[in-house]
Amino acid sequence: MKRFVYINDDSSPISFCDNRVSNRKYTVLNFLPKNLWEQFSRFMNQYFLLIACLQLWPLITPVNPASTWGPLIFIFAVSATKEAWDDYNRYLSDKKANEKKIWVVKEGIRKHIEAQDIHVGNIIWLRENDEVPCDLVLLGTSDPQGICFVQTAALDGETDLKTRLIPSACVGLASEQLYKMKGVIECPNPDKDIRRFDANMRLFPPFLDNDLCPLTIKNTLLQSCHLRNTEWACGVAVYTGNETKLGMSKGIPEPKLTAVDAMIDKLTGAIFLFQLVVVIVLGFAGNIWKDTEARKQWYVKYPPEGPWYELLIIPLRFELLCSIMIPISIKVSLDLVKSLYAKFIDWDEEMFDHDTNTPSHAANTAISEDLGQVEYILTDKTGTLTENRMVFRRCCISGILYGSASGDALRDAELLNAISNNVPDVIRFLTIMAICNTVIPIKSNSGAISYKAQSQDEDALVNAAAQLHMVLISKSSNIIEVNFSSTALQYVLLDILEFTSDRKRMSVIVKDCQNGKIILLCKGADEAILPHACAGQQMRTYIDAVEQYAQLGLRTLCLGWRQLEDDDYNEWSHMFKEASSSVTDREWKLAEICQKIEHNLEILGVTAIEDRLQDGVPETIEILRRAGINFWMLTGDKQDTAIQIALSCNFISSEPRGQLLFLNGKNEGEVFRSLDRILRTMKLTSSEPKEVAFVVDGVSLEIILKNYKESFAELATLSRTAICCRVTPSQKAQLVELFKSCDYRTLAVGDGGNDVRMIQQADIGVGISGREGLQAARAADYSIGKFRFLKRLILVHGRYSYNRTAFLSQYSFYKSLLICFIQILLSLSSFSLFSGVSGTSLFNSVSLMAYNVFYTSIPVLTCVFDKDLSEKTVMQNPQILVYCQAGRLLNPSTFAGWFGRSVYHAMVVFLITAHAYADEKSEIEQLSMVALSGCIWLQAFVVALEMNSFTVLQLLAIWGNFGAFYVINSLASAVPSFGMYTIMFRLFRQPSYWITVILILGIGMGPVLAIKYFRYTYRSSTINILQQQERSGGPVYAMGLGSLESQLKSSETDMTPLSITQLKNRNSVFEPLLSDSPTATRRSVGSSAFDYLQAAQGRLSSSHSRNLKNN
Amino acid sequence: MEMEGGSSLGSGGAVQPISFPSWRQRVFYKFTQQNLSACKPALSPTLVITLFLLMGIAFVPVGLICLRASENVEEFVVRYDIECIPENYRGNKVAYIKDETISKRCTLSIKMLNHMKAPIYVYYELDNYYQNHRRYVKSRSDKQLLHGLQLNDISSCLPVESHNGLPVVPCGLIAWSFFNDTFTFHRKALNLSVNRKNISWKSDRDHKFGKDVYPFNFQNDTLVGGGKLDPSIPLNEQEDLIVWMRVAALPKFRKLYGIIEEDLDADELLTVHLMNNYNTYSFGGKKNLVLTTSNWLGGKNSFLGISYIATGCCSILASILFALIHVKNPRPQREPSCSVWSRKSSSR
Repeated sequence: MKRFVYINDDSSPISFCDNRVSNRKYTVLNFLPKNLWEQFSRFMNQYFLLIACLQLWPLITPVNPASTWGPLIFIFAVSATKEAWDDYNRYLSDKKANEKKIWVVKEGIRKHIEAQDIHVGNIIWLRENDEVPCDLVLLGTSDPQGICFVQTAALDGETDLKTRLIPSACVGLASEQLYKMKGVIECPNPDKDIRRFDANMRLFPPFLDNDLCPLTIKNTLLQSCHLRNTEWACGVAVYTGNETKLGMSKGIPEPKLTAVDAMIDKLTGAIFLFQLVVVIVLGFAGNIWKDTEARKQWYVKYPPEGPWYELLIIPLRFELLCSIMIPISIKVSLDLVKSLYAKFIDWDEEMFDHDTNTPSHAANTAISEDLGQVEYILTDKTGTLTENRMVFRRCCISGILYGSASGDALRDAELLNAISNNVPDVIRFLTIMAICNTVIPIKSNSGAISYKAQSQDEDALVNAAAQLHMVLISKSSNIIEVNFSSTALQYVLLDILEFTSDRKRMSVIVKDCQNGKIILLCKGADEAILPHACAGQQMRTYIDAVEQYAQLGLRTLCLGWRQLEDDDYNEWSHMFKEASSSVTDREWKLAEICQKIEHNLEILGVTAIEDRLQDGVPETIEILRRAGINFWMLTGDKQDTAIQIALSCNFISSEPRGQLLFLNGKNEGEVFRSLDRILRTMKLTSSEPKEVAFVVDGVSLEIILKNYKESFAELATLSRTAICCRVTPSQKAQLVELFKSCDYRTLAVGDGGNDVRMIQQADIGVGISGREGLQAARAADYSIGKFRFLKRLILVHGRYSYNRTAFLSQYSFYKSLLICFIQILLSLSSFSLFSGVSGTSLFNSVSLMAYNVFYTSIPVLTCVFDKDLSEKTVMQNPQILVYCQAGRLLNPSTFAGWFGRSVYHAMVVFLITAHAYADEKSEIEQLSMVALSGCIWLQAFVVALEMNSFTVLQLLAIWGNFGAFYVINSLASAVPSFGMYTIMFRLFRQPSYWITVILILGIGMGPVLAIKYFRYTYRSSTINILQQQERSGGPVYAMGLGSLESQLKSSETDMTPLSITQLKNRNSVFEPLLSDSPTATRRSVGSSAFDYLQAAQGRLSSSHSRNLKNN
Repeated sequence: MEMEGGSSLGSGGAVQPISFPSWRQRVFYKFTQQNLSACKPALSPTLVITLFLLMGIAFVPVGLICLRASENVEEFVVRYDIECIPENYRGNKVAYIKDETISKRCTLSIKMLNHMKAPIYVYYELDNYYQNHRRYVKSRSDKQLLHGLQLNDISSCLPVESHNGLPVVPCGLIAWSFFNDTFTFHRKALNLSVNRKNISWKSDRDHKFGKDVYPFNFQNDTLVGGGKLDPSIPLNEQEDLIVWMRVAALPKFRKLYGIIEEDLDADELLTVHLMNNYNTYSFGGKKNLVLTTSNWLGGKNSFLGISYIATGCCSILASILFALIHVKNPRPQREPSCSVWSRKSSSR
């Protein structure tokens, strides 16, 4: 499908949408229904609404409907207000954008109109620093060469300037002509690809001939970009409103659900089922009792014939009575603490990047607990592990290695000598470094030249060339000016054969103004250049050099050149133009054409660029791996470099300790055999004290992901470490998808635009706000300044968040169940079963509501300050993260513990109250207050017992709340119209009240304390041991740590079996993930595994050389 | 603000908020860094053992005191609902109680076992009577009890809210089923006075029951529930009703009938003339007459005392047990759980 845009033609028959930008979710009219609909699509909300509606039926409601409606409306109002506020802000910003004044040409005159009135086909004028209001095709600029500069930061986060140029058809048009210009642009229908725009333009006479002029993304100005360093530019609107590239790529990302949330939902479901069972059983019993007994009880005065729904009444009453089993407060509490977790991350100064002055930021406030449950980290290499600050270090020019001695080629006397002696190959080498790129030199007023580059490598090369006296001075649309040792050289730029990740090389074709020769300059990855070398060249030295540099962890680029005959070039140029104006498959066609000229290259040499590791990367990886997290490195870089970086940052270990397996192959069969072999090796060595990692490249990965997904998934679960090199962004995302399908929690960390998909796909996306722009950081859930902050993010923030949420959620259920069980017990009335099963509420509505929303919710909220272990201890003993990963603090069995506790406490409270307040004291209001006090006392002590550390705030909340209970109830007891008038004062005066409450406390807490103490001391988990050491003070602590570490070492450095078993035993309830991991004996197979390795390596080198030959 | 502070600090260094002059800002800074000073109590053996020991030591004496208090209460319970039915009606008690032509007068002779000191509380006790039944509990109107006929909305009183188109005061099932057995006590042919004043809560008389609300249209239906009320006495003086309207939470409960303000000697013979009007026969309830003294803890109830003693003993036992385990096994050779994991893995 295509669209035809008629330039400057108001009578255009086709009408497209106007330029009104709308990011709003709601309108004034649909806000309420739409928002309610959205909120009610959640199960919990539906449940509460149902309950609240049932409560409106006075016949069945045990309490005042307000006790449910109040909190429900509150919750809904809060989230609706938040939505409305967000939407209002969106509306305001839309309005601002829509009402911005824009110069538009109408009927030959320039007019000032509002941005929202722009239509497709209008010609729009922009000044310097203006924001582009819609997607434009550039027609003219103030620059005589027809170029202009844009900053695309708002679109893709890249802050460098990009060049945009006018289509060839418009070159040389005066601005008056632009007013009257007519033509048609044939372009694809709106899509969201901000890197492609394959279109054609044809201008109508009298402007030019009928030639089709190709358009690319280089000829466009996209919405939200800013015009820079250019006085004015004008363009024709092609996409407007929400159909622009930006508008199309906007989209609300799917909300992420944490494992904890999923577990809570599951538990809620289980409680709901339990509730249904209770309701059915009690409802049934109640109906039977009613028919047999209650009819005899004349004082109840049952009518002989009830309405048709009579059978339903008692079950429904129980449903309402039991409805508090699912605490309405849990959602609010969780939202509250989660936003605080996020705030803690934002506030954390130890995650503040002082180099760039950026704090860490949690963009997604809802998934902090997941950080504590990460099992796999998929990390990008460049910019994430490394600084992405490229420095030119070494080079190899025509077989001579420079910079090997000093480690810095720029100071290599030999090279400097060669330059001053004008060695032709060296000069050519430098020329390529200086002009074979897309760098934009910018001359400041003082005359200093600075470079704006999209690629850090190019930046490094140009700067290095400048230091070696080959200075790139200026670059206009087709003239490149270079200054070499104070002589100015000029080149006419004929074509740029752009870099794509598939081609892995880029070339420029220039005409040397000094001698008029046309030359092709090419730079690219070794495997993309070396195979295209002209015959008879000695390749060995270059291959060796590339290998040597890669061993040092340097990034290599091969440089080559070729002289072109004018005829050949003209012929090729024609094809190239044709290909670049094709609307379909342009990229592929271009690659094909480029291939035709990028051959017979004369290889000049190899550059080696260093990309330094970030601070603290090895330690961070080490600690996180000890925490049982598996690391995968996904990089677009080449295999050797990736392996070197991996070695230098502790990612993999070198030979004796570690073992590297290679997974590769050119076709399905080879890949399958390789995969199968590695899988077997992995299984055999998984019990060996060896770090086994495998390396896979993009090509094999493509085949694997297409054909052998299952075996690869198996392999993925077996291997703690893997390196995937030469992978594309979509493969990264596919890998994340693979892990997610295996039910692993994955965290993806990256810094560049190529990681965005992976980051969005992963359970947790972490963006490093690095030098490649903010694109990744914007898409991510968390953005941090440095890779090393990751350990604190996971071990401190993630772990605490998980622990706190686990406690908070289970406690919320516990307290709701407690009060609910007391109600049920009253119905069963304990003396004779099946009696009085009528669904009476013991507690009055106000008490119930206050209990749920206030007394029991406030103290537990302070669990956000709870720390089971100090941050230091956690950092020193990262292996305790396994408790979070395996979900040991929140799972059906721990929940069963809380459930049991609530049953026990309910029995204690009810039985003691019923017996102590028997006979003459059994007045219902009084008894209910005694029971409620018992609950409150138990609550306070349960919270106090389960907290690990007490700050002032916690003490204040727990005991303040305790006091508040008495103050509030005393106040309520002073109001005559309340049911509980004078009750509290009566109770205060009764010694039996205090004695009863203390008895409840003693019997309720005694066993809980005893069990906790026993488990803490005699069945202690690693956390408990660390706690004991931490609390018993210094020396013991250190000793304990030592013993722990020896414990760790005793299992030898075999993190592999440890971690696998850790994962395997996540907990008894979960399905073991690696159930088929082998336990076979290993010594005998160790050697065979080594054979495989040898074979694999042999295969690698042979395939590599074959590769070279074939091409 | 905290960012400025941060730049003055080294990363990961000790927190020294120099840049924060005020105490409040300092605390807020500590709060943002999750660094508020906290006390971390440890569940050390000594602490837990002492805790249990102290609990035991505190609970046992309290239990003894409670038990003694309960023992000191003299209580005399007599069940009369069976005895008060003539022999020939024993087979069909419901017919007897429903037949209004038969006199319900009944005489009980009680021989006191122990000496009882004044004041002696007279309770009637009902068992298997569900005042906590939902239908029953709800069937009242507190506002009507206070404001009387002025109040029109008495729908909460269903099914006893009006009769013949006129509202019933007091409305509702509770009032309708008002207990109406009466007791008079005689001591050697002399009348033993029972004080029937001030048996209800003063707060109820003053604030819950209107002083110018008179019973109206009460028990006029064909189906009469419990007792009737004198329409000339305002509700706040109908103390029996006020007591009855304080609903019990459990199916067995006592309600105060009156107070005997004379001592009763041991072996003394009391004659109780009672009107056995109230129907508990149709649902198998029990009716008891209770004479009891009272003290600071209330009536005779050994539950608290026994539970306290039992809990105290258990907790002393627990503390001894923990102490023994601790002595025998002072710091158990704990293995970090990871070794447990490896063990598990090898068994797999």
